[in-house]
Amino acid sequence: MGNQGLLQHLANGISLGSLYALIAIGYTMVYGILRLINFAHGDIFMLGIYITYYGILFTSIPWWIVFILASVLTGLIGLLLEKVAYRPLRESPRITILISAIGASFFLQNFGIVVFGGRPKAFPIPNVFNKVIKLGGVSISLITFIIPLVTLLLLLGLTYFITKTKTGMAMRALSKDYETASLMGIDINRIISITFFIGSFLAAVGGIMWGIRYPQLMPLMGVMPGLKCFIAAVIGGIGNITGAVLGGFILGLGEIMLIALLPKLTGYRDAFAFILLIVILLIKPTGLMGEKITEKV
Amino acid sequence: MLKVSDLHVHYGGINALRGIDITIEENQIVTLIGANGAGKSSTLRAIMGLVEKSQGKIEYNGEDLTNLPTKDIVKKGIVMVPEGRRVFADLTVEENLILGAYTRKDSNGIRSEMKRVYEMFPRLKERSWQKAGTLSGGEQQMLAVGRALMIQPKVLMMDEPSLGLAPLLVKDIFEIISMLHSQGNTILLVEQNAKKALEIADYAYVLETGELVLEGLGSDLLKDSKVQEAYLGEAK
Repeated sequence: MGNQGLLQHLANGISLGSLYALIAIGYTMVYGILRLINFAHGDIFMLGIYITYYGILFTSIPWWIVFILASVLTGLIGLLLEKVAYRPLRESPRITILISAIGASFFLQNFGIVVFGGRPKAFPIPNVFNKVIKLGGVSISLITFIIPLVTLLLLLGLTYFITKTKTGMAMRALSKDYETASLMGIDINRIISITFFIGSFLAAVGGIMWGIRYPQLMPLMGVMPGLKCFIAAVIGGIGNITGAVLGGFILGLGEIMLIALLPKLTGYRDAFAFILLIVILLIKPTGLMGEKITEKV
Repeated sequence: MLKVSDLHVHYGGINALRGIDITIEENQIVTLIGANGAGKSSTLRAIMGLVEKSQGKIEYNGEDLTNLPTKDIVKKGIVMVPEGRRVFADLTVEENLILGAYTRKDSNGIRSEMKRVYEMFPRLKERSWQKAGTLSGGEQQMLAVGRALMIQPKVLMMDEPSLGLAPLLVKDIFEIISMLHSQGNTILLVEQNAKKALEIADYAYVLETGELVLEGLGSDLLKDSKVQEAYLGEAK
């Protein structure tokens, strides 16, 4: 493989890693606050893509406004999901709410099959994204550059929100100590809703860019990315946002590099994620940036 | 000002509180003393809406707080410094204080409040950028109190503020409580250190296994032979 090929793979890996990172954040934020693995997160990602699909095909709204509206709408669906499937069970044992998450995931998948149809659809890619950029003899599609850029901007925004705003502080406080957070007058339900909104919004943004890059839509398309991003979050240390981003990039880059360096193993690209998960859990069970698990008193 | 009447709390089959009546007047320090498990903390937690009340009423200036969620009770100006300090360890000292003022919207007021807290506890100012988890126990207690003051509480409730602190720091904490009292704060203090609590209290209640067994002026209870025997460790 020449330098040019390497550059190409690197660009692809960073791009895929960015998408994983965006989706992994949703898992990790929800886990940080509710200690819940939101199994329906991958399906929320799928919904985001389909909403965009219908928005572009069946309305005359400019595509970039559709992108924004679809992301916000998906964020609201995530918020609704928490209200319907998780909030009523908040006082129940953790396993109950986990099962509810699995149920919600199955529901959304089957909802997708019934409403959107099981046959694959082609994502309507706006023309601007079909541009190809030539860089040192390598041609790379524009979206490959846009994905990391958008991801970076969103990450900066999220970091600002988490570290500088009062709501972000409340979120961090809540993730450690519910009761004391409520003693500050923090509206716990509101913070949880915001968390679900942000996670689902980011998944939708990731989904739209995913659709542009891999334009085949299916109701079950959220399953594998969902699982992988969950793995990314675990690898990084679940509950830790920086860790989720790191895990996303490790997974995305690793996957692409595996295919590039060992083309014969292409069929094992999905297995790679799981093997990596097992290895990291064996070496460092809390994930790369995870803290020791301390049970809440 | 704050009136608790006939308060009952059950945990499963256990009656933690069996009909408690407490009244706190403005600018008073009222203390609740009693042995471990007598129901002192449960009383505070019930007032804050952290535990479910099976019976009873909580009124604040004639307003019924009994079934309000915790956040709305905080908005009324009733705050609690929880047992064990419970500062947000991963957040900086300053962020902890900002969260103390979570329900306030006036950023100027919040800033001047923070200045006041820093004047009261210069140690916190020195460490304002440090994570709260890196503070010593005494400093964390100062932070927990400072955090509660950020909202300008109408009633400040403290759950065992001296617990786990070195004797010298215990003295400091009680000085702080007296100072807050002299500044016009209304305080409900729960303490195992009965002697120190009674010394600064205007009025005191003695709890035993979920029931009030004695009440009176702090200075009177200090002299009471039963109290002396049971809680002050003094021989007859």
